[in-house]
Amino acid sequence: MKKSSIFYYIIATIFSIIFGYPFVFMVSTSLKGNMEFLQESIWAFPETYKFINYLDVSNSGFYKYFYNSIFVTAVSLVVLVFVSSLASYIITRIDFKMNKFVLATFVAGMMIPIHSTLILVYKISRFLNLNNKLIGLAGPYIAFMLPVSIFILSGFMESIPKEIEESAFMDGASYFQIYTKIILPLSKPALSTILIYNFVQIWNRFVYGLILISSPEKWILTLGLWRFQGEHGFNVPYVMTALTLASIPLIILFILLQEKVVQGMTAGALKA
Amino acid sequence: MDSNDFGLTEFFSEKTQKKLRFVLLGLIPAYIFYLLYLIVPIPLSFYYSLFSWSGIKDLVFVGLENWQLVLQDKIFWKALSNNFLLVILSLLIQIPIGLLLGIFISRKIKGYKIFRVIFFLPYIMSAVAVGILFSYIYDPNFGLLNNLLQMIGLESLQAAWLGNRDLAIYSVIGAISWRFTPFYMILFSAALVSIPQSIYEAARIDGAKGWQQFFSITLPMIKPTIVNACILSLTGSLKAFGLAFTMTGGGPNHASELLATYMYKTAFTDMEMGYGSTIGIYLFLIAFSISMTVLFLTKRKK
Repeated sequence: MKKSSIFYYIIATIFSIIFGYPFVFMVSTSLKGNMEFLQESIWAFPETYKFINYLDVSNSGFYKYFYNSIFVTAVSLVVLVFVSSLASYIITRIDFKMNKFVLATFVAGMMIPIHSTLILVYKISRFLNLNNKLIGLAGPYIAFMLPVSIFILSGFMESIPKEIEESAFMDGASYFQIYTKIILPLSKPALSTILIYNFVQIWNRFVYGLILISSPEKWILTLGLWRFQGEHGFNVPYVMTALTLASIPLIILFILLQEKVVQGMTAGALKA
Repeated sequence: MDSNDFGLTEFFSEKTQKKLRFVLLGLIPAYIFYLLYLIVPIPLSFYYSLFSWSGIKDLVFVGLENWQLVLQDKIFWKALSNNFLLVILSLLIQIPIGLLLGIFISRKIKGYKIFRVIFFLPYIMSAVAVGILFSYIYDPNFGLLNNLLQMIGLESLQAAWLGNRDLAIYSVIGAISWRFTPFYMILFSAALVSIPQSIYEAARIDGAKGWQQFFSITLPMIKPTIVNACILSLTGSLKAFGLAFTMTGGGPNHASELLATYMYKTAFTDMEMGYGSTIGIYLFLIAFSISMTVLFLTKRKK
């Protein structure tokens, strides 16, 4: 037992370095000056902490990218949660003879590789005059997360006992009232799962921004990050500052809601 | 009653009508997004694959010429073989290491929560962020990797990890593995935790040692999860884009090209939309047939 736990700790330490050190490097370099980075050992910690890097990088447009990402992610999540939970409610709780077929049509969408649709998403967005608009990103984001979300939600709603809404029906409640007052509150665990999973997925999405957004003032975070590196690639501390800034929301979310994030990320990916 | 209900009133009771109206109205929003951005693009891509179309100029009908050209396209085959290399190496690297770390995490040894946070961090980063981070790790001059090799006296192994045509794809796969191994770790640790302890106790009474327990209990118990993990890594590797795109852009000279990066570049850099659509449709057909095969095999087993 003793020997095996030492063995575990050795392995854990090695992998902590492999997975963790790049983050240490990222944050530590973000606080160095560019000359310092070039002249001193890359393993050294900053001589003085140059928090000014964070101010410089934010002012170069990052606060704008942050705002854009928050806006698009929030709009997409609100619509996505509403649309997918309503569809799941109908699929699982109302018998209309085609329930299984409707579910199957959505689940089939999980087999479509996102990159096969890019050209047409670009064309359709131009056709609808939604290209180079932040709100235009929400459509593809919602569409691509719909199958997984419906799959997870309907799996959960299926397991809610049918008797629960019967008495409400007797009292004359409408379908929509049952959906908002009974089914949604009962589905909280599944809703939080899809919320976290979709948040991380949408926040990290890159390719739609790449094809649909051209104006710098509308760049989302991933796009801004990529462009920033293209422009300031020679200033490694700046790039690391930008990376740290872009990763902070996810790292905070993860540390605050560890169990939930781990559970949500795996449940989502397993179904996808 | 509505007057424009096409006489449905006669067939359905008022209650059924109310129900169907709700069903219809409730499903419409989901179907609008779903059809517009996910389903319609597939047949339309097929349609555009029949044209020579540079995005700006007019469409010229060329029949199945693009389909033939893609099959003769060396870069397409290079990209496809890179995708398969990614599948194989993912299976060989991510799943065993993920299992190892999953075992560690599920043992709940003191401090496991801190280790879990560290191990899981790469997976919540965006592909772009990981790609940029790793382009500095692999940098030939001030990169972490070459510096590390110098520190431990292995200068001879230093290389231009992303600039070397023979190495680039392996370097990209290394970064992809770094990002996705944590996912398999969590997958396995969830499966391992759900194995009832009583089975291990029974085995211990029968005198089974650690490794014996692992092969006779643990592995068989988590076999479904291993199968799942393999399927995920198979289908996931076809979706790889962001990391390769930000690290090498598919280069040098297409050495680390993947189907998705090649499709993107053809369509949006070279503006060959017809040819790009054809690559996209091939990608769709490959992914779809793999998914259907997997579905068929798992269904049949049940």
